[in-house]
Amino acid sequence: MPATILVVDDEPAIRRLLRNTLLRAGYAVVEAEDGRAALHMAAAERPDAILLDLGLPDRDGLGVIPLLRKQGDAVILIVSARDAVDEKVTALDLGADDFVTKPFDTEELLARLRVALRHRGPAEAAPQVVERGDLRIDLDRRLVSRGGEPVHLTRKEHDVLALLTRHIGRIVTHEKLLSACWGGDDDPRIEYLRIVIRNLRQKLEAPDPVGSVIANELGVGYRLRSD
Amino acid sequence: MAAAPPRPDPDALLRAAVQEGRGRLKIFLGAAPGVGKTYEMLSEGAARRRDGVDVVIGVVETHGRAETEALTRGQEIVARRAVPYEGRTLHEMDLDAILARAPRLVLVDELAHTNAPGSRHPKRYQDVEELLAAGIDVYSTVNIQHVESLNDVVASFTRVRVRETVPDSVLEQAEIEVVDIPPDELIERLKAGKVYLPHEATRALGHFFSKSNLSALRELALRRAAQAVDARMLDDVRALGLGGTWAGSDRIVVAINELPGADGLVRAAKRVADSLRAPWTALFVETPRAAQLSDAQHARVAATMTLATQLGAAVATVPATNVVAGIQSFLADARATQLVLGKSRRSRWFELRHGSVVDRVIRDTPDVTVHVLPMSGGASEPRGRRKPARWGTPLGYGVTTALVAAVTLVASALFHVLDLGNVALLYLLPVMAAASLFGLRTGLYAGIASSLAYNFVFLPPVGTLTISNPENVVSVVVLLGIAVATSQLTARVRAQADLAAASARTNATLAGFLRQIAAVSDLDAAARMICDDVRRLLGVQVVLLGRGHGAQLDLLAATDPAYALNTMDNAAANWAFDTGNAAGKGSNTLAASEWLFQPLKAGERVLGVLGVASESGRNPVRADQLPLLSSLIDQSALVLERLRLQAEMRDVDVVRTRDRLRAALLSSVSHDLRTPLTAVIAAAAQLHHEVSPELIATIEGEAARLNRFVANLLDMARVEAGAIKLNVEAIDLSDAVTGAAHDARRALEGHDVRLDVPPDLPLIRADPQLLHHCLLNLLDNAGRYGDPGTAIVIEGRNRFGEVRLAVLDHGPGLPPGRESEVFETFTRLEGSDRAAGGTGLGLAIVKAFAEAMGMMVEARNRPDGAGAAFALIFPSALVLRDPPNESLS
Repeated sequence: MPATILVVDDEPAIRRLLRNTLLRAGYAVVEAEDGRAALHMAAAERPDAILLDLGLPDRDGLGVIPLLRKQGDAVILIVSARDAVDEKVTALDLGADDFVTKPFDTEELLARLRVALRHRGPAEAAPQVVERGDLRIDLDRRLVSRGGEPVHLTRKEHDVLALLTRHIGRIVTHEKLLSACWGGDDDPRIEYLRIVIRNLRQKLEAPDPVGSVIANELGVGYRLRSD
Repeated sequence: MAAAPPRPDPDALLRAAVQEGRGRLKIFLGAAPGVGKTYEMLSEGAARRRDGVDVVIGVVETHGRAETEALTRGQEIVARRAVPYEGRTLHEMDLDAILARAPRLVLVDELAHTNAPGSRHPKRYQDVEELLAAGIDVYSTVNIQHVESLNDVVASFTRVRVRETVPDSVLEQAEIEVVDIPPDELIERLKAGKVYLPHEATRALGHFFSKSNLSALRELALRRAAQAVDARMLDDVRALGLGGTWAGSDRIVVAINELPGADGLVRAAKRVADSLRAPWTALFVETPRAAQLSDAQHARVAATMTLATQLGAAVATVPATNVVAGIQSFLADARATQLVLGKSRRSRWFELRHGSVVDRVIRDTPDVTVHVLPMSGGASEPRGRRKPARWGTPLGYGVTTALVAAVTLVASALFHVLDLGNVALLYLLPVMAAASLFGLRTGLYAGIASSLAYNFVFLPPVGTLTISNPENVVSVVVLLGIAVATSQLTARVRAQADLAAASARTNATLAGFLRQIAAVSDLDAAARMICDDVRRLLGVQVVLLGRGHGAQLDLLAATDPAYALNTMDNAAANWAFDTGNAAGKGSNTLAASEWLFQPLKAGERVLGVLGVASESGRNPVRADQLPLLSSLIDQSALVLERLRLQAEMRDVDVVRTRDRLRAALLSSVSHDLRTPLTAVIAAAAQLHHEVSPELIATIEGEAARLNRFVANLLDMARVEAGAIKLNVEAIDLSDAVTGAAHDARRALEGHDVRLDVPPDLPLIRADPQLLHHCLLNLLDNAGRYGDPGTAIVIEGRNRFGEVRLAVLDHGPGLPPGRESEVFETFTRLEGSDRAAGGTGLGLAIVKAFAEAMGMMVEARNRPDGAGAAFALIFPSALVLRDPPNESLS
């Protein structure tokens, strides 16, 4: 049975675009044009994922997130033209799984959706071995190799990479990274994280910045690219 | 030498001539509705009618009050004219009917009234003008809040603004009678329902009728009336060329001093003024001696002045070298007819030395009646800091005694070589020393001690105080005389030195103030500095107010930010700003305010208001500080004027630049929005016929370009609005480049992009979003202008503590000599084939954002000539040191 996706957006053109894209990718689609309808549809249709616009006519989309969260464990993907960093962080804090900024690349949207659906539910175990190009990360054995050559990582570098790998394809916020990897420190600072990421890039990435593995989500966090 | 007789002033004569043949206007001026203006006008009209004058009523609003209505009975009333207006009928004064009737005197109520639309004049006072021009006398009524120049002031403390105003020029040509009742009585009348108020205004006006408001309004009305009288009297005096005292009505001046009985003088003057119904002024003459007064004496002068204000006097302080000259010049200026003076019970000895002030004033001011009142208190009143010097210090007496003893010893040692006369000369030394160092009393003591010692030790018979030879008496007298003369001389020299030192201190203070403030270029800093300096120099609380964009006075700076101005203070400040005269405590206007507000004037323009208040609630500025305060105010005004002119210049520049930008933006936007849109529309239309990957790529590419352009427009709008908010954090440049390169991947397609940074490139501080947009634009630029298939290198370098991030392309490069122009808005450099689209907004945004974050930008051609190099330079202040290693491993 195909996964059901609830599309919440007040623009008919965007809803039509998303419906066509999602149907083509093999999902079932239901739609809502405002916050009230979204809550109703979420309760009635029990969708697997919700694509939520933040600029809704009847209420602020941010306020809808916790209500949707209460109704079930559907994946919530924010699709919004709003670009403010603190809104993204708030959305993630309120329980959204990811966000895509309008205008979006439909392929990227589908990829994010796939990743989010795959990770749905805490019971499902994250993959223990991840391969990306010439990069191989083996979480169980704490081994990282590039082009067959083992790469030596410091403990912090490994901690950060492991956390990103467990959430591959998804955003991990700065806060989460800092508290998971520097939780014991009195004053964990973003500088630490920046340096560790800088070192990881030097050890793991080619000098081509376009094809980098670790994506920098401005002001929000990092993401290990899954494709 | 006789002064030339004063020449009549031609302007004043001209004004008088214009008045000839015109009717005369009398205005009954009231502080508030309900004081009885109409009643007063009608009674006076009725009285004139009984005298046989041809009086008609032009228009009167009785508001149904019985007493008022009764007065209209038996008087001729010109019927009103009915004017239809929006379905209602308004009844307006019939101007033509009155002109045709041509009475001697017409009563026209409510001078500030606005006529119904379609009337000959929009305002009733214009009707009155016409009546006056026709030679008809007019009686009219107006409330003080309708006087144009006072409208703001009244509105500022009553919160009620009236729209109907009468120009001051109308009042200036009128005889003004103030209809005055005490505020309490008016409030009683209001409660008793005797005051007519338009129904809808009742509630709004409730606040208006508070006692403090009514008192202030009343004060304004009285002052305005006095002003009108002054102005007209001045005209008359000038027209006639009268130089002497003009005895039109009585004016009383009371000269006060620092002695305890001064308040009695003020009360006496008030009685004289009341009995003559004359205005009066309390005068303090500030002589150089005033600087020596003690704080208590200053406080007493201030208290006396305040008392005078409360009793209805105007107050004035005039500087003069001596009291008599100060009083005389003020009497002449104020055209006073009567002077109230106090006669202190000084000793006859004092008057012999100094002359009696009273006698000299009476002798030299023949035109003025002088009232002399005895004062309690007298010369025995201590004179502040001078006191210890007068009586001398114990130390002085000790030293003097020692000196006399020493001279006696030395003289007795040398007695065998000196004769008696030379010994006497030796005694001059302690006498002169004591007199010059310790003042008169100690000097006299030295004289007596010396003569005793001389007499006892040297004069025969030695060992007694008897003088055998009468010649030797001379020596003793000379010693005493020298003591007196020397001490007087030194005292005078010292007083002059003190004066010079004080003025040098003042000058140094002012010079320091000027030097500091000359360097200030923004208003807030200047305002703060003015407040702080005035506070430091005068020891008072200070506020500085100025008019910003709105009509309200804004607080520019204050020494105590918590200090709030109440409505009375605001009214005083507004008065000072609007009229250019001081207002508030210790001045003539709105003296109930805790603050004294002085206008800062450059020429005729008032630039701001400086308010001072003392923490103790007394008069804020001592009389001897006034010159310093006025110098500070003058200098502050100059500074504000300079800043205002600078700001004006800047504004003009900004506007010019903005206009140029706007024009460029319009032309560029229409081109850059339409080009990709045209491509998208055309490609989409083509898709109906054939589906080809190329068409889809076109649509994608052009749409992405459009998106980038819109983002840039939004960014530019933020820059122009000054709305860039920095959110600075630690950033790793390779991280930032990675993010930007990913987002700009479409523009970078077909290029080999390489990141070249050393492994230990330090973190920098920047706003991640702004930096991202800078990098996006730089990469986008390199992608578009770099030759297809060539490499784009992003190179980070750490040089001498500053970090440099450059984007290098392979392409035509920039026109030599014009590299930096590329950052200017809408510059798309010609002379190269940089025609790949785009407004040139992108690089301007890079520059604006980079500079907002404290970075610098640089554009130049690569040294190897392969293409262009754009660099962001992070100065060392933005470069972070790596955190300790243990946090990272």
